[in-house]
Amino acid sequence: MDLYAEEILDHYKHPRHFGHLDNPTLTYHDTNPFCGDEINLELRIEDDHVVDVAFTGQGCAISRAAASMMSEEIIGMSLDELKEWDKDNILDLLGIEVGPVRIKCALLPLKALKAAVWGLGEDDTVTR
Amino acid sequence: MPTATMTPIPNTQYLDVHALRADFPILHRRVHDKPLVYLDSAASSQKPQAVLDAMERYYETTHANVHRGVHTLSEEATVQYEAARARVADFIGACCPKEVIWTRNATEAINLVAYSWGRANLRRGDRILLTEMEHHANLVPWQILAAETSVDLDFVPIADNGTLILDDPDRLLTPRTRLFAFTAMSNVLGTINPVKELTAAAHRAGALVLVDGAQSVPHMPVNVQELDIDFLAFSAHKMLGPTGIGALWGRRELLNAMPPFMGGGDMIREVHLRESTWNELPWKFEAGTPAIAEAIGFGAAVDYLDAIGMDTVHRHEQEITAYAMQKLSEVEGLKILGPGPEQRGGLVSFILGDVHPHDIAGVLDSMGIAIRAGHHCAQPLHERYGIPASARASFYIYNTEAEIDLLVAGLHKVVEFFSY
Repeated sequence: MDLYAEEILDHYKHPRHFGHLDNPTLTYHDTNPFCGDEINLELRIEDDHVVDVAFTGQGCAISRAAASMMSEEIIGMSLDELKEWDKDNILDLLGIEVGPVRIKCALLPLKALKAAVWGLGEDDTVTR
Repeated sequence: MPTATMTPIPNTQYLDVHALRADFPILHRRVHDKPLVYLDSAASSQKPQAVLDAMERYYETTHANVHRGVHTLSEEATVQYEAARARVADFIGACCPKEVIWTRNATEAINLVAYSWGRANLRRGDRILLTEMEHHANLVPWQILAAETSVDLDFVPIADNGTLILDDPDRLLTPRTRLFAFTAMSNVLGTINPVKELTAAAHRAGALVLVDGAQSVPHMPVNVQELDIDFLAFSAHKMLGPTGIGALWGRRELLNAMPPFMGGGDMIREVHLRESTWNELPWKFEAGTPAIAEAIGFGAAVDYLDAIGMDTVHRHEQEITAYAMQKLSEVEGLKILGPGPEQRGGLVSFILGDVHPHDIAGVLDSMGIAIRAGHHCAQPLHERYGIPASARASFYIYNTEAEIDLLVAGLHKVVEFFSY
């Protein structure tokens, strides 16, 4: 049961930064129709740095844990730093081997983050 | 090396499953160091040695292109290839082999009808009737056709118990309805639809009938003449055969009147620089070198099922399914989608509290148990029930009640594992 390491289960059962911000600067909504996963990511940006983050949505343990771990990690980081993020940042956080099918679950939060920091309009990809 | 099956497996009263499992090499492998429990046959079935041997023997002894050479190998290949078609035609009660068109799968068979019959026969304002329980394969081709031809789509709704609501057939089968395309068995709900009744209603309204038989042909007796349908689509890989081959059966007079689906070699009679004439059935619809070994494998799969008997296959699956539904309903928080066992084929889809179906499947996989999770290519159906996805266990001739017990034990672990 390597996929469900203790830390992942902990983030799944007790997701950090789950909810909404009062005054988000950037929000982004994305879905993964193949799984029925959905994320709504909200960022509070000051001086080009992330000062707060929140997310809601539904998803499997992997996607929820990835969103929770990512949220903890990005606070304090600059937008330029986040633009450099790629899948390895997420996989390092998760600390598990993710196969070709579940990788989509793991990377949905990153996809939302990247779109948000690159300033893609939320409406561009809202599919529901 | 049947390590996975050293303990005696209880048989159903219909099938000697223990003996039969010896024919399936893959069932003896282990997954995550556990015996494989394969409960995903509705997605794709496993293959008996007889099918693997037929394809290997063909490549080792007979392979050449069909319908082309006059040399011995080409003639032998052609004979085997066409013999497989005759066996598949016989299996579904077709009048003759020429009514069976080889395709890549059921999806391509449905697309063939949409592209060929649909484009030649439908006009703005015509209507196609589908159901809310269709697989994407029997939905998207009609959406594409509708957008191109300004044809309208109607849908038979589903009741909460997973059966079609047919109390007002005249409203849905209008004078402009040209085709009623529906699945004989839902790949998510397991619902077995009353094909004969639906067909009679469609014919009374003057519509043709296409049946998506991807889940019915592998699991129960299907006789196209008895059902009186017009088109039937099905895939080999869900019925013990190889991937890459399926079939469209159609009434000869309909197929004869239809234009070709794809152009190329083998589908022509005469070719000139600016025009061509078409080959006769079934080759008119089969452009290019076909999947010869796969057709031969399909024939061997049909032989294997015929030897068991499709009545026996169906009864075995109904017994397994009834047992599974009873045992699954004892799992805390588990909700089964679809009708009771008497109106259901060999699969059970369910949701389990708040646990995402991918997590259910992920934990079960670590125990060697293979189930499907997601929307099973039926997204509108899941929207109908207000759920993003579901988990599905599906059964075939090689599944046992002991495997259901392992599934249920696994699900108890899942509940324990993900409880807050």
